[in-house]
Amino acid sequence: MINHIWFGLIIIGVITGIITGNLGQVSQAVLQTTEQGVMMLIKLIGPMSLWLGIMKLAEESNFVDLLAKIIKPVTRRLFPKLPTNHPALGAIMLNISANMLGLGNSATPLGIKAMQRLQELNPESDTATDTMCTFLVVNTSSVTLIPATIISLRTAAGSNAPLEIVGTTIFATTCSTIVGIIADRILRRVWS
Amino acid sequence: MINFLKYLSEWAIPITILVIVGYAYYKGLKIYEVFTEGAVEGFSTVIKIIPYLVAMLMAISIFRASGALEILLDLLQPLLNFLGVPREIVTLGVVRPLSGTGSLGIVTELIQQYGPDSFIGRLASTIQGSTETTFYVVAVYFGAAGIKNTRYAIIAGLIADLAGFLAAIYITKLIF
Repeated sequence: MINHIWFGLIIIGVITGIITGNLGQVSQAVLQTTEQGVMMLIKLIGPMSLWLGIMKLAEESNFVDLLAKIIKPVTRRLFPKLPTNHPALGAIMLNISANMLGLGNSATPLGIKAMQRLQELNPESDTATDTMCTFLVVNTSSVTLIPATIISLRTAAGSNAPLEIVGTTIFATTCSTIVGIIADRILRRVWS
Repeated sequence: MINFLKYLSEWAIPITILVIVGYAYYKGLKIYEVFTEGAVEGFSTVIKIIPYLVAMLMAISIFRASGALEILLDLLQPLLNFLGVPREIVTLGVVRPLSGTGSLGIVTELIQQYGPDSFIGRLASTIQGSTETTFYVVAVYFGAAGIKNTRYAIIAGLIADLAGFLAAIYITKLIF
């Protein structure tokens, strides 16, 4: 799948660039965005190290097992193939909580940690498992209670009610999560 | 309620750190050593993501900078007029799964141009807050685990984004 999407974006882009005469901008953009992307990752090293350190403490002290127990009723249905006491569950719970609270810089490291734990159960190490796909979809569509970036953006723009979009955001993000989980269940059957 | 949520998000990180470190301390772990053992992997994990993110960003930036994205929007235009969705909002909806900084830039522009409390300002805010940069999430999360075959994950993520986008339009029109 990703091979088709990837090649599609490149070939459509280059041909369009030739026709519109934008190839100069394309060459500039390619180098600039990859540079910015790597800079963004470099900045992630701090929060990444922080949360991997905290997660190591949570695992060695068996604190993740407590977290896994709390969300068992949900995860048993959401990730039926995952053992109910697996350490990935603790990281998944912290990741989803951080996403809900709009703590993006903390949510990413915790989600990565969860994904790496799920990878340990993977028999085919370069192919995503059903559980990994479900976790990814839950993550990209994750329910947000506090869209922190947007609230600060609105405040900075002089909004009279910067928080008034919280209700509509919770509604829209809940819809996307439900649809995402349904899509995951259907696509899983269609995809070999 | 809003104040409660605000406190929750301010308290979350320090309290989580305290609870986890405190619990490990209570269990008699050498907490400082264990923490650094975990943290040492931060660097290598991030480095591992680079090739996946660069691959994704390369394709997306070619598509955007060439003007192909604009053409895609032009093709979508008749449908959008029919649905009554402003073109600026559709640009946001298409850029959102491709680029987090790109979509945030569009939202900032829209809020400055129309005002944060206008219909477009509120709609753009809701869309930005309720959808995700699916391509980035796939590259980063699967990249860190070394997953190359992502199966149906991107499609499912994009379907979720589309649902969030349409739900945002529906609810914003209904409420404001």
